[in-house]
Amino acid sequence: MSKMTIDDLRRVLIECAGETDDGSLSGDIQDQDFASLGYDSLALMETAARITAEFGVQIPDERIAELRTPREVLDLVNDALAQPS
Amino acid sequence: MTEKVYVTGIGLLAPNGVGLERYWEAALEGRTGIGTLTRFDVSGYPIRLAGQIDDFDAAGHLPSRLLPQTDASTRFALVAADWALADAKIEQGAFADYEMGVVTSNASGGFEFTHREFKKLWSQGPGSVSVYESFAWFYAVNTGQISIRHQLRGPSSALVAEQAGGLDALGHARRTVLRGTPMVVTGGVDSALDPWGWVAQISSGRLSPATDPHRAYLPFDADACGYVPGEGGALLVLESAGAARSRAAQHVYGEIAGYATTFDPPAGSSRPPGLRRAAELALADAGLAPAEIDVVFADASGVRELDRAEAAAISGLFGPGAVPVTAPKALTGRLYSGGGPVDVAGALLSIRDGVIPPSGGTTDVPGEYGIDLVRGAPRPCRVRSALVLARGKWGFNSAIVVRAVPAEPAPPSVNTSPSRS
Repeated sequence: MSKMTIDDLRRVLIECAGETDDGSLSGDIQDQDFASLGYDSLALMETAARITAEFGVQIPDERIAELRTPREVLDLVNDALAQPS
Repeated sequence: MTEKVYVTGIGLLAPNGVGLERYWEAALEGRTGIGTLTRFDVSGYPIRLAGQIDDFDAAGHLPSRLLPQTDASTRFALVAADWALADAKIEQGAFADYEMGVVTSNASGGFEFTHREFKKLWSQGPGSVSVYESFAWFYAVNTGQISIRHQLRGPSSALVAEQAGGLDALGHARRTVLRGTPMVVTGGVDSALDPWGWVAQISSGRLSPATDPHRAYLPFDADACGYVPGEGGALLVLESAGAARSRAAQHVYGEIAGYATTFDPPAGSSRPPGLRRAAELALADAGLAPAEIDVVFADASGVRELDRAEAAAISGLFGPGAVPVTAPKALTGRLYSGGGPVDVAGALLSIRDGVIPPSGGTTDVPGEYGIDLVRGAPRPCRVRSALVLARGKWGFNSAIVVRAVPAEPAPPSVNTSPSRS
């Protein structure tokens, strides 16, 4: 897996924590706050666990609490993926 | 004079009827919800019959956001609460958030959810276990989820007492209203029909090994051979009479007039079991004499010695054959925390419709039991007060008295029709 895309994240979020009913996840969500998208800290912990399983990137619990937007998650994951292993 | 506590809304899901009126229709028509458990292959198990709720699509009733974090039992509870509040027609802003509480009972926790997560734990490791396991398993989760969903922030709690717990929740909700919280959503729901939950239930030693759905759970019958477990339950909206009056509540099913709970003495004690005392204390709490009770909704264990003990408690308190007794749960299976609230709903509808539902397939009640069991067909009967009994394994006994609320005189000259002159 070379890169995690916004569509990957969208799918993982829905699998882990369901979708908000107003369809707010379908638009341009890169810079929207997770809280405004309807995802709380537990939803993000669940998402982080799934990202680890799927993309092999560990996100420490204390980092999860700091991630505010989808872009921040993607940057973190893709930076880690770009590191030579 | 003490404030009264009314039931103004009911949401119910039972194996023989999803929704209050569908359940009631099935109860009166004697339609059973018991059949072979189909959630997994039960052919290798000694017990195969259950009361399953089949026609229920959680995604059709609940937001997608709630599905990954809820066990089957919590989904039932959330939907029952939605329906109870809709039935009560409580409008936005009728109460402040801290004026509304939630008191639920649960006996099994989130078995199916936990079973799935444990399987992941063992096969894929701890990182694969859902974070939602942290609360989805928990007995108090239904209270929490209902509270969050409807922003009911008043005094709330959860009670666990096996099958007796649902009545304890109603009793405590009534107490909560009497202490000053005008509206409380209360009741109980259970479901544990996954393989792990099933084995846990079988371990009670009280389940019926019979394979004929119509003869498996025969409370008070000479052929009684245990009970069939079911899933589902009911949530009720309780309101202080004052609150119901001031918002002109559309219908009042009745009053929760009395409640009591007792605990059995230890095995081998010479003291009698506590069920009769619970019934007596609930009657005293309601200020009613035994002769004023029109029907008893029995705990109806289906285990012979427990049936005999309950029959003795009822005939001892009321006199032999002196009060109609019924057990509509013979058509749903025992619903654990859901059983008592479903029976309270049934008792309130008996008051409304002047009819007592029958007791499933039971036909042959031993004469020595000294009870007048309503069986075969519903019995038309004016019902003003009813006693509901429930016993939980390990010694719990609870009793609720419900009473008809006399129709109030029309409120003095409140003109509700909009003036458009």
